[in-house]
Amino acid sequence: MDALDVAGLLAIGFCAGMLGGLVGVGGGVLFVPGLVFFLGLSQLDALSTSLVAIVFVAVVGAWRQRGYGNVRIRDGLIVGALSPVGVLAGTVLANAVSERALELSFAAVQILFAWSLARRALRPRGGEAPDTAKAPSAPANG
Amino acid sequence: MASRLPKLVAIATVGGAFSGLFGVGGGTVIVPLLILWFGYGEREATGTSLLAIVVIAALAAIAQGTYGNVHLGAGVAIGVPAVAGVIAGTALQQRIPERAVAAIFAVLLVVSAALLVF
Repeated sequence: MDALDVAGLLAIGFCAGMLGGLVGVGGGVLFVPGLVFFLGLSQLDALSTSLVAIVFVAVVGAWRQRGYGNVRIRDGLIVGALSPVGVLAGTVLANAVSERALELSFAAVQILFAWSLARRALRPRGGEAPDTAKAPSAPANG
Repeated sequence: MASRLPKLVAIATVGGAFSGLFGVGGGTVIVPLLILWFGYGEREATGTSLLAIVVIAALAAIAQGTYGNVHLGAGVAIGVPAVAGVIAGTALQQRIPERAVAAIFAVLLVVSAALLVF
């Protein structure tokens, strides 16, 4: 491991954290290729190891966001605590359906989400509109 | 309130399944669903997602650790610069409009979908 690898590791780690802070993800999308490319880990080991780095990002990110008043603790803990149910469901699914079908269906879901979020981003709004619009629309969104 | 729990369970299940299948924290599912289903603001959705990911990633890391797949030193080496990044990222996020957060997220989803397909 030479100086270039160290610099690369630092840079991709910082970028992954930055992404996590900006959009609320763990940063695995950058950690995994970073660990494979700069440290020569296998794909499986990189996936597993990235979880450690994701814990770092999520703990510090949640702490900072809490300070900014952006964390609903109850909802976050419920989603986190119940996720093992999903992990089990995912494992069952992985054995029942072809991996390619899973990849393609998740990709389709992500494109659908991207479309919905892009429409939100492009919707014309006044300076104060997001906050005033949010309160009445929240209960109606069910 | 009564109608919220089933939705939270659904988000947890899909996020967890994503995490178990593809080894990511589940944020790409949790954030959009909190916004689109619960009417969360973008900043609230990302902050709450990070809290959920703490639990999800910690459990998954322990599980993978028992299989011997976790290189702790490597995880710390890439995780430490990421801490600096996340502090900068959350600070920056408070200074940009929420619609910009939604736009960045949409781009990330397209990239992530492309990585899955190709």
